[in-house]
Amino acid sequence: MELNEKLRILGDAAKYDAACTSSGTDRKGSRGSMGSAHASGICHSFAGDGRCISLLKVLLSNACAYDCAYCVNRRSNDVPRASFTPRELADLTMQFYRRNYIEGLFLSSGVIGTPDNTCEKMIAVLRILREEYRFRGYIHAKAIPGADPILIRHLGLLADRMSVNIEMPSSASLTRLAPNKTKKAILAPMDYMSQRIEENSRDLVRYRHAPKFAPAGQSTQMIIGASPETDYHILKLSEGLYRRYGLKRVFFSAYVPVVPHPLLPGADTPPPLWREHRLYQADWLLRFYGFDADELLDEEHAALHPYLDPKCHWALRHSGLFPLEVNRASHEELLRVPGIGAKSAWRILQARRACPLSWDALEKIGVVMKRAQYFLLCRGKRKPGLETRRNTLLAAMMSERERKRYLLESGEVQQLSLFEQETATFLSARRELESLPLPL
Amino acid sequence: MNQTALSYRYDGTFDGLMCCVFESYMKKELPTEILGPDAVEENLFGAKNILTNEANAQRVLRSIPAKIGHEAYDLVQLAFLTCLPKKELAILSFLRQGYHYGPRIMGFAGNETLYRLTEAVKHLQKEAHLLKGFIRFSIHQNVLIAAIGPKNFVLPFLARHFSERYPDEHLLIYDENHHMALVYRPYESAIIPMDEFRAAPPDKEEAAFRALWRTFYDAIEIKPRHNEKCRQTLMPKRYWKYMTEFAASTECVEITQHSTAFRPHPPVPATGKRRSGPHGL
Ligand code: SF4
Repeated sequence: MELNEKLRILGDAAKYDAACTSSGTDRKGSRGSMGSAHASGICHSFAGDGRCISLLKVLLSNACAYDCAYCVNRRSNDVPRASFTPRELADLTMQFYRRNYIEGLFLSSGVIGTPDNTCEKMIAVLRILREEYRFRGYIHAKAIPGADPILIRHLGLLADRMSVNIEMPSSASLTRLAPNKTKKAILAPMDYMSQRIEENSRDLVRYRHAPKFAPAGQSTQMIIGASPETDYHILKLSEGLYRRYGLKRVFFSAYVPVVPHPLLPGADTPPPLWREHRLYQADWLLRFYGFDADELLDEEHAALHPYLDPKCHWALRHSGLFPLEVNRASHEELLRVPGIGAKSAWRILQARRACPLSWDALEKIGVVMKRAQYFLLCRGKRKPGLETRRNTLLAAMMSERERKRYLLESGEVQQLSLFEQETATFLSARRELESLPLPL
Repeated sequence: MNQTALSYRYDGTFDGLMCCVFESYMKKELPTEILGPDAVEENLFGAKNILTNEANAQRVLRSIPAKIGHEAYDLVQLAFLTCLPKKELAILSFLRQGYHYGPRIMGFAGNETLYRLTEAVKHLQKEAHLLKGFIRFSIHQNVLIAAIGPKNFVLPFLARHFSERYPDEHLLIYDENHHMALVYRPYESAIIPMDEFRAAPPDKEEAAFRALWRTFYDAIEIKPRHNEKCRQTLMPKRYWKYMTEFAASTECVEITQHSTAFRPHPPVPATGKRRSGPHGL
């Protein structure tokens, strides 16, 4: 098969993996080798769907021996199959890298016979890159569930980031939709990798030249909307993974119906992009804003709000905590104000040391005043001329898209081709908005 | 202070601008415009020519970290690379305020001049960061060649990035808006003026890899999630014409005017960090 055709098939087969960042490692280039890595990551292009392209994201092979229902590459699906040889893929990576198309390689694979065999082939690719071509760019490798820990360890010593995808947010869904995988087989490499990463960071303190195991940490992915788990369940699980295994990222991937299957949403179901977006927002609050999953949702309110982002929603439900004096509020408090991001919170702390802040200064610092004005006092005073009518305030909390949804759907909920369950969510969300004790 | 319409004209270099600052300070005057070497003047009385004098430039340069701090020093150097309209006047105004207030000025969150300079520098850094990803090299006789059309003068940033990334390569990046080029060979780099530039067709190997890249670019999109607005916000269209994945016209570029003179260029200040460079204290 021609290389171009292989690349088309194996790029296409890998594209449902959401993780494509090249962040987390800082490695300078060095003479006699090629490449470097940047802690903040670099996007080299954006695909037609708006996602960042940073890495050459391909499968080594899509000829998979397993039969996971939600996956295009399942054994029982009739699609063209292809495999790269390790040399082919290593060469392609180098050529792309040299032309600055990519930041490095994202290597995953269907199960080629057995997990061990797959892992060995992947190691072969990375060895050519790292040892023969002295490639110092970014490498993300997927750990294959069920592979021998020794192989996982080997892979981890060659890669910057490792991940193993949970895919299904509960073991019930896993059994139902991925019969060849078990929760244990997935969590075992995760656990193993988290121990290696931790052990390694201790070694590195002691010996500066200890070989690095996945220096950019590990991540995972869950598919959203292929199985019935709630947002609350998913967030609790993510929180647990961050805490227990020290994951760097949990990615969410809205399920795109790729194969007809009785247990899965039908082919005309649009991918739940909105939900995916909300989960990322909530995930951000967990990681950088000091929120707990239980503060955002609970068993009774298990879905993220369709019209308000999780931070605005939280703030409106806790209006008793506001307004805050911006010149005195603590860092933690500032972080919880809608319209104040991590950067602007930090800059407020810096700037108010020089002199008490004014409304004007807040704006220059980068605070989104449209939102923040409702939650702040500046030198003891409310913002002059603040419009506190219910609808003005609600509109200010919403993005343009959210506003459109909210207005569009008022009274016309029936017209939208939503699932019943979703309609119920929307209705109760609307009712909640109407009953919030506003103005603040 | 004399404020009647007064124009300065300088040679367009950073040192030249520092000499304008020197002049303004010594003569206790504030120009209403500072013109580059080719700018047309509107002032009826003609512009005052400020000659670049290294000693004076050095005096000003040394005074900045000493009197206003390292942060201000970095800001001024970076602001000079931006495309901020009338950046010279803004820099002058900022420095005059800085000499008055001292390092405190960096904390004045409401200061208009500081705000404009900081925003311009953010824009510069953002563009430099984007280009680190968006630049596409063509390989022509084993030299990596690329063209860019940035609004800001980003070559110094790219110099550091790419000389580190490809230490053993030869490379050339041509900035067709500023008519300057970055040239690198192991292990030295220079930024030189270059005004001519001609496209040469890719050889077979080069053409093959471009085609492979387009295949991948196309395959990686999840079509039911197509989102043109998002793509264009994250990757503004003005970059597209230089990118392999869009342009059949992204032809390999060849330099017609050879310049072998390697001149050192000023290092990009590492913002936020204290350094002791040629101008350091
Ligand atoms: S193991 Fe399952 S998810 Fe992975 S490629 Fe095979 S079928 Fe797809």
